[in-house]
Formats: sequence, C-alpha cells, structure tokens
Amino acid sequence: MEAALEKILKTYREKEGNVISILQDLEETFGYIPENAVNWFSKKLDIPESRFYGITTFYAQFHLKPPGKNVIIVCRGTACHVKGSDRLISGLRRTFNLPEGEDTTADRKFTIERVACVGTCGMAPVALINKKVHGKMTSNKLIKEIKILEVKKTDTNNEG
Amino acid sequence: MERFRANLLMCAGTSCVSCGTMNIRDALKEEIKNRGLEKEIKIVLTGCNGYCAQGPVMVVQPEGIFYQSLTVEEIPKLVEEHFLKGRPYQKLMFKEPEKKIAIPTMNEIPFFKHQVLRVLRNRGLIDPEALEEYIARDGYQAAAKALSQMTSGEIVKVVKDSGLRGRGGAGFPTGLKWELALRTKSDMRYVVCNGDEGDPGAFMDRSVMEADPHSVIEGMIICAKAIESRKGYIYVRSEYPLAVKRLQIAIDHCYEAGLLGKNILGTGVNFDLKIYQGAGAFVCGEETALMRSIEGKRGIPRARPPFPVHQGLWDQPTVLNNVETFANIPPIILNGADWFSSLGTDMSKGTKVFALTGRVKNTGLIEVPLGISLKKIIYDIGGGIESGRSFKAVQTGGPSGGCIPEKFLDLEVDYESLAQVGSIMGSGGMVVLDETDCMVNTAKFFLEFTQAESCGKCIPCRIGTKRLLEILNRVTSGNGKEGDVELLEELGQDIKATSLCGLGLTAPNPVLSTIRYFRNEYEAHIKDKKCPAAVCKELLIYSVLEEFCNGCGACKRACPADAITGKRKKIHKIDSELCVKCGTCFDVCKFNAIKKQ
Repeated sequence: MEAALEKILKTYREKEGNVISILQDLEETFGYIPENAVNWFSKKLDIPESRFYGITTFYAQFHLKPPGKNVIIVCRGTACHVKGSDRLISGLRRTFNLPEGEDTTADRKFTIERVACVGTCGMAPVALINKKVHGKMTSNKLIKEIKILEVKKTDTNNEG
Repeated sequence: MERFRANLLMCAGTSCVSCGTMNIRDALKEEIKNRGLEKEIKIVLTGCNGYCAQGPVMVVQPEGIFYQSLTVEEIPKLVEEHFLKGRPYQKLMFKEPEKKIAIPTMNEIPFFKHQVLRVLRNRGLIDPEALEEYIARDGYQAAAKALSQMTSGEIVKVVKDSGLRGRGGAGFPTGLKWELALRTKSDMRYVVCNGDEGDPGAFMDRSVMEADPHSVIEGMIICAKAIESRKGYIYVRSEYPLAVKRLQIAIDHCYEAGLLGKNILGTGVNFDLKIYQGAGAFVCGEETALMRSIEGKRGIPRARPPFPVHQGLWDQPTVLNNVETFANIPPIILNGADWFSSLGTDMSKGTKVFALTGRVKNTGLIEVPLGISLKKIIYDIGGGIESGRSFKAVQTGGPSGGCIPEKFLDLEVDYESLAQVGSIMGSGGMVVLDETDCMVNTAKFFLEFTQAESCGKCIPCRIGTKRLLEILNRVTSGNGKEGDVELLEELGQDIKATSLCGLGLTAPNPVLSTIRYFRNEYEAHIKDKKCPAAVCKELLIYSVLEEFCNGCGACKRACPADAITGKRKKIHKIDSELCVKCGTCFDVCKFNAIKKQ
C-alpha cells in the first residue's frame, strides 16, 4: 500500500493537486477510501483527517466501504425513472436478498449503486454493469446478465 | 492525402456504442476487406449523431444516406448492395411510420429536417479526436480572427450584440458577463467552463464535449482574449469519462499546434487550459459551488454578491459559462452578431440544444431555433407519443423546472415563455410524459433528487425540501391529509423565497407546477386514495383479468412473493395480502391479463 500512496503523493506534488485529486486517486486505486490511507496523507501533508472526511462524504464519487467484485449501477435520471428504473433496483435487491441499508451482498460479489444520470437518456432505462452501459433494460434482462456474471466467477472488472 | 469514394460516418456516442457500434465496425471492416474495397471506403468514428433512438446509426457520405438499427448480420448485404451494386440498402433506412416508405437521406428524415445546427455544426461529421478534421470545417478560424484582428472590447461588443444568453439555464447575457469581468481591475482573471451537467435527463453538454471538444476550447480561447485571462478550467463531471478523454486529447493537440500555451498563433496571447474532474455533486453545477470544488473544497455555494465576475475563483474575476455557450462563440465571431440574432425571439436569440427523451418515439439530441413551438418539437421532431398513448405533459429544465400541460403546446419556447408557465429553460432537458405517468410521483422523483443533493448550508433548502418530500411521500402512499396540497404550496413558496442558491430557489418548481396544472391528481391521491395513472405502488391493486388469462403460468413463476396461484391452463389468481406490488407479473404477462388500478 505504501508504494501506491507514495505514487499518489508524487502526482499531487507534481500536478499541484488538492485534497479532491488525492481522494480521486485513492478511489481509483483501491475502489474506496481506506482509513489508513487518509491517516497517512494527513500526516504527510499536515492536513487534518476531518478535511478528508468532510470532502469524502460530500461527493458521491467517494466510498468509505470497499465495493463488491461486480458493481451494478442503475441510472436514476428522469428518463430512466419514467421508464421504470426503480423497478430495476427493487428487482435486484430482491434477487440479492439485500437487507435495508446494505448495498453489497454478504459474499461481496455484487454491489448495487445508483447514479443521478449517465446521460444516455435515449435508451432508458439504463444500467451499468462493471462500467459497461446496458440500455433498454428490464428486470429480467438485468438478472440474466447477473447470472452470467455469477457463472463466470473470474475477474470481470476489466470489462468495458 | 488519400482519397476515398465513400466515408462511413459511424456514430460512436455512448448510446450507439452500447447498442454494439464497435462490433458492427469490425464486421464492416472485415466485409470491406473481403470485397477488396479498403482503398475506396473509409470508416470514421464520430461523436453523437443525435438520433439515439435508432442506434447504432451510420451516415454514408458524400450522398448523406442514413442507415439505422444496424446489426452485424445485415452488414454483408449492406456492403454488397450499396458499395458493389450501387443500390442504397432500403432495409436499414428510416421509414415513415404510416406509409412505410424508406427515406434515404438524413436531411429528409423528419427528426433532422426541422433542426438548425449551429452548436452541433460538426456533429457526426468529424472524428472528435482529430484536430485537422475540426480545422477543415473552419475550426480555429474564429480564434485566429479574434486573436489577431480584434481587440478585447470588439469581441465583447460582438458577443453582446449577438444577444447570446447563458445556455446553462439562467440565461444571463454572455457579452455583459464578459464585459463586467473585463472591467474588474485585477492581474489575474479566469475562464471556467461548466461541464458539470448534473440535471438528470440532460445530455447535450456531454454530446458536445464528446463529439466536438474543439468547439468548446475555441470558445474559451476567444473568451480568454476578450477578458484578458491567462488561465482556464473545464470542469467536467466524473460520470462522463469519455468527455474527459476527448477533451484531454483535444487540449494536448492544441498545445502541440500552438493553439494553447504561450504566444498562441504568434499573437502574443497566452492561455493555459486544464480539465478539472468533478466528484459527483449536483450542487457543483452552481457557479460559486463549482469554483470551491476547483479549489479542492466541499462544493458549497456562497451568497452573491460578490459575483464571480468580480470575485470568483481564488477571489479573482472569473467568467463561468456553460459548454453550449462556449460552443456558440466561434460562429458568432466568424459570421457576426446579426447572423446569430437572425434566429430566435425578441428576448432569446439563436438556437438551443435539447435532450428530448421520455415517451416520444424519437428520443435523442436536437438543436432548434428558439421560438419554436413545443408541438413542433414533440410531434414533428419527436414523432409524437410512443404506443399511441396520449400526451400529458412535458417536463423541462430538470429538477429546477416544471411540467407543462397540453394547453401550452403552442407555446413558443424561450427563456421568458417557459418561466411564465412555471417552468424554466434550464440546461435543456425535455422529458415527455404521457397518460401512464403520475404527476405526483414525478414531483416526488425530483424532490428526492434535490433533497439528496441539497448541500445543507442553508435551512430553507436543507429542511424545507425534506418536509416537502415527507408530505409527497405521505400523499403517494395513501396517507395524504386534507390541506396537504395547500401546505405544499405554502412551503414551496417559502423555500423559493428564502434559499441561498439556485438549487433551493428552484427545487419546489416541480411540485408547484404540477399542483398548478394537475391539482386533481393530487386530490385523487388524498381523497380517493387512488393513483389515476396507476403508478404509485402503495395505492395499486393487481388482479388477473379472467377473460385474457390463458393459464400459461409465466406470472406465477416470476412472482417473487409467491402471491399467484393457479393450475396450468386455468385462470390464475393474485392474493392481494401476499402481493408486494412489484409489478413483475404485469411486465412478464404477454396477454395483457394483469390489471393494475
């Protein structure tokens, strides 16, 4: 981990970054914001941890918990809403048996997220499965895609 | 330079790509090679063509023949017919819905025919990652003219005279903004482009940044000269990775070509441009919040004045304009103010790009002259309502806007007319709703959004939107009380009157406009505990229509709550006690035998 953090620190110094750019690099590297990474930067840069957390919790891009292996993002934009994206979410939650307030399955295979709008409203409703855009989705189609992922079991994070 | 008999301009916008453009490109390449045509035909990947509904799409130049809904299987036939036999392939052409007659050329298709392309002048025509293609379409001529032949004052005057108003939504006169910044004494001034297109249902800025990134950069260079700035930022939301990539390539090319950096085109003008990626916060589309975000802080707005033109980024005078505004600048400089103002209404000049989505047949990106009627947009360009249902309302301006009912379909669209009917122009989202959409639910949808995105700084927005949402939740779940509509109205007005920034000032608009035009729907939810459009889950009852049910069992198998019983080939039944109202049975039934009411 240390080496990865040093690298981020180097880009920060070279490119005149700021707290947000550090957090973006952390999110990119680890998939979330690890607590010890924040402590490390806080000491190195003499910026209080609270500033990091203030910014982390303000922006939707940052996560405090590590995501599941496969990330499914359902678009909640207006066009998608009109075409029933809430049913996609409830269908997924039912399939994964997710309890209230939890977005990642217990086996850490899947995480469900929502995004305000990905800007592909022409093909609403839209879901992103591991960053790949799937348009004109239905609950059944989405669950089929997920079953394919379940069978694959291999690392699919590089798709798309 | 190599010359080709035909150029295949394939749309590589996000929509078409996710429908399989890349596979089709590979199949085309293969087929062209097999037929020995690789020296005659060139495939070009362009930015968004705009006709997202028919993706994947392709235009064959020079004839301008438009092919839609391409599939890998059809490619051999298409290549054979069109490029070997010289007969454009009718099967993949657009067809008029009633007469089924194929319309070969793009310009004749109704979706394109009524559009006027200024901002989207290069859409689907150039490779967005090639600077020379932009230059070949008069790119950077305006920048060269502005930098070498015009003074700051002259540029400001042309922009002012053109009547261009901010395309981000509020419609502040662009030239005036530039003039104010220029007049503010300072050693450092900034040019910032707002590409934080946060409105759900809007994607025009994304398309411009992806399809024609140089048009934005050129507009910013001209602005830099006009306000004597040396440094600029393009703020792009992180949800648009392709836009970031294309802009970065464009910026790198500009540095290599001497269009950015020191002594641009030998004119002595210096301008550095950097992309700043947002981190996912709707409020950052508000100018003061956006600038804080660039400074690396929580994106919280502050009170104005001081306005950014006096005290903006790092407390220096700053011009902040939207993507579409900047993309409008180069043609204004080249063709003059009169050319620009020849289109539009008295108060709103030029064209506007809209993202037309929802229940229309032709969803996609359109650019039309201001002053066009809603009817023309929805019926002539949009092709009317899908599935033969009837129009109910059009939602403009995203979460800050409102719903416009049928009686205003003849309204001529501009900043003022939309405001008069309780909506706003906003960034240009246009979501069409039909009889199957519930207006209370629509209002609740937007409130959920603005409530979650409220930054929390000022009380009217933070607590007011929360209370508004609570009442709406109550109404849509069948627990509405007498007087709730009046309470919504009163609270909405108070939030509008007292919030700090644009988010709170406009957040009640969806609620207020739906009450204004669809009060009866609110009352049906409250008094009759019914949702007339059959949308609000808690108020629905699902049942089987016996005359249509043939006992196929699809609903029974799909029901997650095991609420459906019935023997094979016998009429099925839904147990309303067990039913979780998920709607799955309604979706899977092929015989329209599930009724919701």
